[in-house]
Amino acid sequence: MTRLNVNPTRMEMRALKSRLKTAVRGHKLLKDKSDETVRRFMEYVRLNRKLRRETEAEVTAALKAFLLASAANSPESIAEAVEVPAREVRLKSGECNIMSVYVPQIEIEEGDDKELYPYSFATVSSELDDSLKNLGKVLVKLIRLAEVEKTCNMLADEIEKTRRRVNALEYVLIPDYEETIKYITMKLDENERANTIRLMKVKSMLEKESGGR
Amino acid sequence: MPNDRIAAVGDKDSVFAFKALGVDVFGVEAVEDAAKTIKALAREYSVIFVTEDVAEANAELIARYKARPYPAVIPIPGANGTNGFGMRGIDACVEKALGRNLEEE
Repeated sequence: MTRLNVNPTRMEMRALKSRLKTAVRGHKLLKDKSDETVRRFMEYVRLNRKLRRETEAEVTAALKAFLLASAANSPESIAEAVEVPAREVRLKSGECNIMSVYVPQIEIEEGDDKELYPYSFATVSSELDDSLKNLGKVLVKLIRLAEVEKTCNMLADEIEKTRRRVNALEYVLIPDYEETIKYITMKLDENERANTIRLMKVKSMLEKESGGR
Repeated sequence: MPNDRIAAVGDKDSVFAFKALGVDVFGVEAVEDAAKTIKALAREYSVIFVTEDVAEANAELIARYKARPYPAVIPIPGANGTNGFGMRGIDACVEKALGRNLEEE
């Protein structure tokens, strides 16, 4: 790895050592976070798969039924029947914190339980009633699917980010610090040795001088 | 900011039924035209259901909303069944998170 460009002094080494300590600690924490996030993510993915498999079949069935029902009636009467909904769906949306990721929490608000069918039964056939009833049930599930799928997407994003950080610490930052600290230690030791030798040399020169006298 | 409402985007036959339930329905004629509609809706709605064929054509746009809490853009099958785009979305998500896809049943 590359050595950082710093002066080989005791002060720099002290600062680097404390930074290395922080980096190691951060690496450990991030790794733990990533492990736990993956665990939670797997739970959500399993749920997501299950929900999607169920809803996909149900939505298709309900929409098909609606198409068949609208085929049995004139397009104008269907448009007239459905165009102005009798009720309005409202969502209760909040946020929920999973491993410091803010994921949405969506709930369908069962407001005033008004009539589901926005038309008079006399004008259209009964197939339409059935298909709308089923679709109403599926919608609740679809909202749950939306919540779970969004959570999965966001957790996946977060896991990817955390993994990048962990890898950057593990393979770049920490080795860099370690190498720089080693370099400074060697340099300081080398200076120390040079100093000792110089002193010894001076001493022997002095001795020689006084011995000659 | 989300307005706690639901929108549905897709070909008219598929999504029209949602209208009766109080979902705001936006029919799109050509699959490619949906991009503008989705962009506009993303500013307002909390949940946007998009039929799979439309979602597949605008996958890039939809991927942009994945990292934010709102809106949730969710592909749903149309009246003529699913083409597996929604499931592939989950697989892609797993692959992104774990680096590879786990075959699990």
